[in-house]
Amino acid sequence: MKGLAIRNHRAFASGALFVVFAVFFFATALQYPAGSAAKMGPGYFPRLLAIVLAAIGLVVMFGAMKPAADRQTLRKWDLKGLAWITGSVILFGALLFPLGLVGALFVLIVVSSRASAEFTWIGALTNAAVLIVLCLAVFVYGLGLPLPVWPSLLN
Amino acid sequence: MDLFHNLAIGFATAAQPANLLYAFFGCLLGTLIGVLPGLGPLATIAMLLPITYALQPDAALIMLAGIYYGAQYGGSTTAIVVNLPGESSSVVTTIDGYQMAKQGRAGVALATAAIGSFFAGCVATLALAALAGPLTATALLFGPKEFFALMILGLILASVLSSGPFIEGIGMVVLGMLLSLVGTDLNSGSQRFAFGIPQLFDGLDFVPLAMGIFGFAEIVKNLEQDDKLSLVTQKITNLFPTREDFRRMVPAMLRGTALGTLLGVLPGGGAVLSSFASYTLEKKLSRHPEQFGKGAIEGVAGPESANNAGAQTSFIPLLTLGVPSNVVMALMVGAMNIHNIHPGPEVMTKNPTLFWGLIASMWVGNLMLLILNLPLVGLWVKLLTIPYRYLFPAIMVFCSIGVYSINSGTFEVYEAAVFCVFGYALIKLQLPAAPLLLGLVLGPAIEENFRRAMVLSRGDATALLTSPISAGLLAAAAIAILLITLPTIRARREEALQE
Repeated sequence: MKGLAIRNHRAFASGALFVVFAVFFFATALQYPAGSAAKMGPGYFPRLLAIVLAAIGLVVMFGAMKPAADRQTLRKWDLKGLAWITGSVILFGALLFPLGLVGALFVLIVVSSRASAEFTWIGALTNAAVLIVLCLAVFVYGLGLPLPVWPSLLN
Repeated sequence: MDLFHNLAIGFATAAQPANLLYAFFGCLLGTLIGVLPGLGPLATIAMLLPITYALQPDAALIMLAGIYYGAQYGGSTTAIVVNLPGESSSVVTTIDGYQMAKQGRAGVALATAAIGSFFAGCVATLALAALAGPLTATALLFGPKEFFALMILGLILASVLSSGPFIEGIGMVVLGMLLSLVGTDLNSGSQRFAFGIPQLFDGLDFVPLAMGIFGFAEIVKNLEQDDKLSLVTQKITNLFPTREDFRRMVPAMLRGTALGTLLGVLPGGGAVLSSFASYTLEKKLSRHPEQFGKGAIEGVAGPESANNAGAQTSFIPLLTLGVPSNVVMALMVGAMNIHNIHPGPEVMTKNPTLFWGLIASMWVGNLMLLILNLPLVGLWVKLLTIPYRYLFPAIMVFCSIGVYSINSGTFEVYEAAVFCVFGYALIKLQLPAAPLLLGLVLGPAIEENFRRAMVLSRGDATALLTSPISAGLLAAAAIAILLITLPTIRARREEALQE
């Protein structure tokens, strides 16, 4: 495989991502009737788009192997930061009904604050108190959004 | 004159106390998020979309529009005072604006930006009002073929103008269109890509997607780079430009306004492109190009006029043709859908008060921004001293409540968490997210028009090329692709879009 080494790892991975999505959508779309060009079924357009996406993905992948391609590496992921942020959102979703808005917001703010390198407990707790009061004032009493404020056990 | 009659309707709507209040609220919020780096109009509008359920449709749109153009004002303030573009459209303003600030002329630079923006806003409002009629009339002649071709052109231009390699932008558009197919197929009523999950039967909502990518994932990215702000804490005095300043900035403002008005209308255009183009133009035309980068007032006046004009005229394709020209406009489609208004040529005839009220509110909003910005500059700059570690949990909170409020359910919250991880992957791969969102918003309409066009032509794809309008639009798209693949232009584009 001389001359066909991957030079641009970033582009190669991007192209591969396109191909993976294309294969997934194409394979799923096979369950839906395609029909004909004049009378398209629900499967026609998805297959067409998936083929286009696969073609684009392959072009990007081959472009990454051309001798003239830029040398680019994959960037490192900050998995810890991502986990704190994503985790706090999932916790908010999971706790909103059992704990109510006040409890869920508290967890969301404290957990997401951990993602910062400058995290302090006092800072996070103060911030949580200020933001919870603000949210209650704006969303619950101001705009009247239907949000469960207190734990469901109390109702 | 029809135009004046229509504008009169518009001002009557915009001047209602409630609408004035929401315009003010939008402008205030827009300035605020424009000032704060790391929070753009996109995430803010996405955050507030669900909340606008409770408002009247005209009030909701007036407020959301105010956020968009208000952010253009706010972004320039931080660009000038602390060399930090609050918005991507004010990136070029940092070049000469910050230099002016260092020379003790921050006040003049701020005044120039505000006056330029206000002037451009007035012209763009008039352009919007004048062009709306003829464009709507044209759009009414469009059939499925023409709409299909128009949307393809818009998506291609949007990818051409997004950062990064063109082919990757197009890939993101197609991926967005595939994601838009999730849910019920309107023609056959069958479920596609829903995997039996009832919440997906109505399709992937774009608010959780936009929040995941532009809200949450962006926060993870911002937390990685620990850049400490070095504030230039100097007193801002002497707001008034001298006679010499005026002589130099007026022509730049006129050119910037004209350029921004034109480029804003273009699909894929808008505030960012306009400001870059204007800076390049000013530098080319100047008799003293060597002053650029060292505090040339034209380098502030031109781009600041252009970005505001572009921000406003990008409403033209949305309101008349129903085609959003950039991601913020794509979110406006969502806002209109919430209130059961379908963007396109019918808006003007079916909802004249909303249509003209929105246009008139932009002029009113610009006036508010002028008043809001100049005297309050000090306050806005103070906001920058809020550390990011207190700011980002607030963004998390507003985003999460916003996502939950879409359907008063937690499914969308989890959806946003998934798109946070996906968005982070896109950031790491340097894939542009804006084309993805445009593909997602335009996907259903493209499929619908494509299928209808094919039914009418009995499956003959060449029919797309036999109608002069659709052939012309597709030819323009093909030319754009050809141009972008030419090596010389590609190099210059990379230079221009480099941030």
